[in-house]
Amino acid sequence: MPYHKVPNWTPENGLEVLTFGLGGETFALEAGIVREILDMMPVTMVPGADPLAASVINFRGRIVPLADLRGSFGMEAHANTADSRIIVIELDVNGDPFLIGLTADRVNEVTVLHAGDAEEAPVIGMRWPRDHVRCLVRREGDLVVLPDLTALFARLTSDAETTIH
Amino acid sequence: MSGEDPTAAFRIEAGELLEQVEQGLLDLGHRLDDMNLVNAVFRGLHTLKGSGAMFGFDALAAFTHHCESAFDRVRKGDVRATPDLVSVILSAADHMRALVDGDAPAAHGQAILDRLATAVDAAAGISAPVAAPAPRKQGWILSFRLPPDAMANGTSPLALLDELRELGEATIVATFDKLPALDDLNPGHCFVGWDCTLIGDISREAIEDVFLFVMDDMDITIAPLAVEEAGEADVAAAPEQAPVVVDAPVAANDITPRAASANRAQGEHVRVPAERLDELMDRVGELVIAQSRLSQLAGHGHDLSLRSVSEEIERLAGEMRDTMMILRMVPVSTLFGRFRRLIHDLANETGKAIELVTEGETTEVDKTVIERLFDPLVHIIRNSCDHGLEKAEDRIAAGKSANGVIRLSAHQAGGEVLITITDDWRGIDVERVRAKAEANGLIQPGQVVSEDELLGLIFHPGFSTAAQVTNLSGRGVGMDVVKRTIESLRGSIDVKSVSGQGSTITLRIPLTLAIIEGLLVRVGEGRYVIPLAAVEECLELSLEEDLRSRGRSIITLRERLVPFLRLRDLFETGTKPDTYQKIVVVGTGAERVGLVVDQIVGNHQTVIKAMSPLHRNVAAFAGATILGDGSVALILDIAQLIAMSQPREERRLAAG
Repeated sequence: MPYHKVPNWTPENGLEVLTFGLGGETFALEAGIVREILDMMPVTMVPGADPLAASVINFRGRIVPLADLRGSFGMEAHANTADSRIIVIELDVNGDPFLIGLTADRVNEVTVLHAGDAEEAPVIGMRWPRDHVRCLVRREGDLVVLPDLTALFARLTSDAETTIH
Repeated sequence: MSGEDPTAAFRIEAGELLEQVEQGLLDLGHRLDDMNLVNAVFRGLHTLKGSGAMFGFDALAAFTHHCESAFDRVRKGDVRATPDLVSVILSAADHMRALVDGDAPAAHGQAILDRLATAVDAAAGISAPVAAPAPRKQGWILSFRLPPDAMANGTSPLALLDELRELGEATIVATFDKLPALDDLNPGHCFVGWDCTLIGDISREAIEDVFLFVMDDMDITIAPLAVEEAGEADVAAAPEQAPVVVDAPVAANDITPRAASANRAQGEHVRVPAERLDELMDRVGELVIAQSRLSQLAGHGHDLSLRSVSEEIERLAGEMRDTMMILRMVPVSTLFGRFRRLIHDLANETGKAIELVTEGETTEVDKTVIERLFDPLVHIIRNSCDHGLEKAEDRIAAGKSANGVIRLSAHQAGGEVLITITDDWRGIDVERVRAKAEANGLIQPGQVVSEDELLGLIFHPGFSTAAQVTNLSGRGVGMDVVKRTIESLRGSIDVKSVSGQGSTITLRIPLTLAIIEGLLVRVGEGRYVIPLAAVEECLELSLEEDLRSRGRSIITLRERLVPFLRLRDLFETGTKPDTYQKIVVVGTGAERVGLVVDQIVGNHQTVIKAMSPLHRNVAAFAGATILGDGSVALILDIAQLIAMSQPREERRLAAG
């Protein structure tokens, strides 16, 4: 699993990522964890589930949770557009690898980020919680956010009892 | 079992051998004189040693060698099988298992070997009547031919001949009549046969022992040397007639070939790793889903040939799914067999005599169910041995046999399998359960509670009636875990107990976890599946009745009050109720609850898919399934919904 809390920069190649747009920001995921990019499809809401992963989709006969990072990054919910996509990734949370779909307003490209351009998330000046971000990377005058997916999803897989009301 | 890694193959083989050895030993514990069992255990140990050494498990080979030698002495009659010896070899088998897995402490092995030596010495003092060799024969004429691949399998003909020579004065002549022409000769095969005349006071068993490991596949005739009684010339043809052989060994002669043919029949089986079956099951599930989409398409169109192909595929997919289900079925005996050892150990730990009787072992259940049933059953049996079983003298005083009998039985009833654990012990002390429940605040002092409800309390978390915590049970974890596990298998558990006469615990488990019959319903815009097994009836809830019952959520159903849940509210659909809402009454055991839905869509046979770990905390759903149009429907977890409808739970949730 090429996913680490601290990105696994390689000296020559940097980090190969897939960038996508969500709520006006640009996010990046390690290309190695991306399994597939899907067009939007009918989703099934899971009543009582956490807003981060409130629905499921049928991904080739498997039930895959669909996660929306907007809430975790303080963004407004947004209707799907023609550019909306689902990025299916394989993530290892607490030693359990499983598939998650991520909604994206638009998928940009596979590119390479360099360690020299990376900075730790600043303590002030961010709208969202600091531990949701692994680092920020400057790229072509813009900032690319590397979200900390394991931290975001580990909260849901913990055994804390939550029942629907 | 992957063909690439011989060590993994050996581990599987070793696991099976140890299983056989263990079962053999447990049988032997009951029938100490049975030479068949002794031989079976010896063979198992010998094979384990041989293959262990071959695959580089030297520690295992060395350790097993000692046990094998001990058993060899039993087999030869020097030492008699004793309960002590059986029990030492059982713990040795555990150690061997650890050696196979590579995590055995060496000191442990030495301790077992010391105990083994003691047990063998103690047993050697007892004469061994069974093994008394049958004398009086002047000698034997044998003629034998090894299987062609014997040498490839590691049998040395010369060693066999040497062993024969050790038995007595032997005249051995090789025969070459089966020798092929040079062009056809495979130098690795054994084409030579031997005729041998053995003179001396030798038992038939001694001769057969020489060929113990090749007997199944070889041709051999053993005839007594015709000197005294003419009638014995054709003994080889009818070995049971041989007057010289005394009791048990006759049976041995008689049974060996039959056991061998049974072994061969098993050889026809193909061993497949469980994951591959699971993968196949997934594919079949997807096929069934794709097929139902196809038949929808075909149904809408007017293309007759498409429709006929679609029907053909529907039939095939259905048959394939049925076959797949059968493939995954394993007999319950694989589960029950593991409890013989548990009972043996429990009897030792508690010092009480316990007898296990099993019934209906051929009942077949999905392998996943079998695997997940083991732990709950262990809990139940340990608990019942610890709490329920009286001391032998108390049992006799109560007019029962000294041995406590526990009965495990399985039988199939419709789509369910019923597993019952019955004992004739003390039973569950309902008064103690009540006292404990009152102390824990589960019920009010003096509250009127039916006996069934009281018994149900033993599954409450943190409940234990054992006055003190023992090694076996009493820690208050267990029975609630048992109940949860059984419910996660979509099963139910039921306890009956008669004080002083024993108790019966019945588990009802669906035959398979992969597929359920479900009732497809619509709530708001979402579609959900209710397991049909839990559905008792469907009623209409008219709008006015709905309004009238606001605030109390209880309907009267044949003079019984049934609480109901409005799934629309529970799932916060935010939609208006349909004019004609329906109540689906579901129940497990004695508890029932009505679920208010907007529409009942129909019956739906579904392949169950697990929910993602991200939704582990959403209690209301047991899984999900994919509908004909490719969308996902969630499967309701009835036990959880019932728990939610309980007033006690409501208070707890409101407080939390």
